Amino acid sequence: MDIDLITNILYAMVRTGTPLLLVALGELVCEKSGVLNLGQEGMLLMGAVVGFVAALLSGSLMLGFLLAIIAGVTMSLLFGVIALGFNANQVATGLALTIFGTGLSAFIGTEFVGKPINGLDPYALPLLSDIPLIGKMLFAQDLVVYLSFGLFAAVYWFFRSSRPGLVVKAVGENPHAANAIGLPVMRTRYLAVMFGGAMAGLAGGYLSIAYTPLWVENMSAGRGWIALALVVFASWKVERVLLGAWLFGLASILHLVFQGLGFSISSNLLAILPYAATILVLVLLSRNQVRARLLAPMSLGKSFHASS
Amino acid sequence: MIKLEPRGQHSKLMAWLSPVLAGCLTLVSGAILFALLGQDPAEALHTLLIMPVSDLYGVAELFVKAAPILLCAIGLSVVFKAKVWNIGAEGQLLMGGLIGSACALQLIDAEGVWVLPLVLLSGMVGGALWALLAAWLKTYFNANEILTTIMLNYIALNLLIWAVHGPLKDPDGFNFPESAMFSDSALLPTLIDGTRIHYGMMFALFAVVVVWVLLSRSFLGFQIKVLGLDASAARLAGFREKRLVWIAMLISGALAGLAGVGEVSGPLGQLVPQISPGYGYAAIIVAFLGRLHPVGILLATLLMALIYMGGEMAQINLGLPIALTGLFQGMLLFYLLACDVLINFRIRIPALSRSAVAPIASQKETVR
Repeated sequence: MDIDLITNILYAMVRTGTPLLLVALGELVCEKSGVLNLGQEGMLLMGAVVGFVAALLSGSLMLGFLLAIIAGVTMSLLFGVIALGFNANQVATGLALTIFGTGLSAFIGTEFVGKPINGLDPYALPLLSDIPLIGKMLFAQDLVVYLSFGLFAAVYWFFRSSRPGLVVKAVGENPHAANAIGLPVMRTRYLAVMFGGAMAGLAGGYLSIAYTPLWVENMSAGRGWIALALVVFASWKVERVLLGAWLFGLASILHLVFQGLGFSISSNLLAILPYAATILVLVLLSRNQVRARLLAPMSLGKSFHASS
Repeated sequence: MIKLEPRGQHSKLMAWLSPVLAGCLTLVSGAILFALLGQDPAEALHTLLIMPVSDLYGVAELFVKAAPILLCAIGLSVVFKAKVWNIGAEGQLLMGGLIGSACALQLIDAEGVWVLPLVLLSGMVGGALWALLAAWLKTYFNANEILTTIMLNYIALNLLIWAVHGPLKDPDGFNFPESAMFSDSALLPTLIDGTRIHYGMMFALFAVVVVWVLLSRSFLGFQIKVLGLDASAARLAGFREKRLVWIAMLISGALAGLAGVGEVSGPLGQLVPQISPGYGYAAIIVAFLGRLHPVGILLATLLMALIYMGGEMAQINLGLPIALTGLFQGMLLFYLLACDVLINFRIRIPALSRSAVAPIASQKETVR
């Protein structure tokens, strides 16, 4: 295996891992506040279709990304109103969001399937991108990938050294105690859910405007679900989300690697790899029941009503 | 401002009214959507909901679509009662279709009455094993079953696509990704001549009765319900939790597998890449909409099958995208969850009834 191939694999790994990283960071913040939003796949698809259509019709990629984010936030508010405002079961509401988002995105995007746009081009930073092996991987990417690095650092700092980060964690661990000392439980949870929506919307826009770039029905292919598993894999730790997202990026492009090396394995069989890897990771990480319970935010998935 | 106030106990009335309300809200939203799309709402809703079943063929087609949904949903009602979130009916259905097809294609030259039962059984085993895989991962490795079953759905779909492009592809099929047509002895007979309605619907109705008896009249069903209501109570009573999870998943997976093999040996007659337009996911909505009750599920299944047919009808007659089906399914589930808030809460508008709020709020503590 020559060095060019490895350089390109590392480059593609980060590119492929970026939507996973974005969704998983958003879901991590959401889960830290005690809310389990299984609707990532639906928000991702809505971000993808809205971003693509906006970019296609307006010709402005930035407008596409902006509207993708707004679409994600709107979807997350739908979840928020029903799961937080109406106290509905979070698991069922999240599933509903995914089913609804899948249907609505397919409906909106019917006329736009397969239409081409000029996607977001990579922007190589001078000098830095010439570093062997990791130069292309880290410094020859597009703006959204750089943004994902920044967002990762921001979320890391948020939980490590900011006061609002502490509030989110307090609300997620014990909403009743947080409520008793006057922390705004509901507002915190709404904001966390909206942040999750914005990240999923951005990731969707990235898929349809930069990564592919085109719109196909159901194009996220389970990335929203894989990102949910990533949060478990990361044991709710920010730095491990980055590692996990890139590892899964690698698992998703392994079929390209195998083809590049001349193995003749059916691409349909190799497409199973990321899903199988997700199951494997869940098994390894959840084996120890006590440990799994200690790591997850205490109130994860439980609804909260201030009067009870 | 509108306030939600805990009722203190479940409202049985609301539990049954909520799906009806959700259906009405979906219709109203649908009418608004059609108006926005420049269609006449009344005509569009007529096309969607009445036209598909205006003749005998249409009614028969309704049952053709209903059979797999009903089988999946009635199985899901068992696992959901145990609070095991099996989202994998779709994958179990696909595996049922895949394994059933593999069996039918092995027996393509065989004749006799034993062929069909064997094909159906292999499909059920396929679906059951796929579900038991998730049960094993849950009970032995504590892996979240929502995520594992979703992943198994994607894996099953890729396996199916691999199989129709590879080992199960019809050698005389001009390289189309389809299997050979099954032999007549591996096909489910139709119930009424001239229609496609087949024995799958009979199996589904039989499954409804069996599950009804299981859940309401048997000790096993009682154990499953207790596990779902309060897992620690079930443990305290000495019920074997893992065993119950396995049995519930076994039932659910076998029924979804039967739904899958029923499709390939029923209306399709061969293995194709698209054996299910999301029946397994629709069944989740049906199970919730039907309140996990057999009669409710039966009614909700017919509605869901109608939405599938209406979507096709709207595509042909009105030129609307087929994705309309998924949109209506999503709306229905969302409205249901929103309306379900009325089961445990009542809506108060404090500005209107300021005096009534205080005494009820204090009573609530004693009720609990």
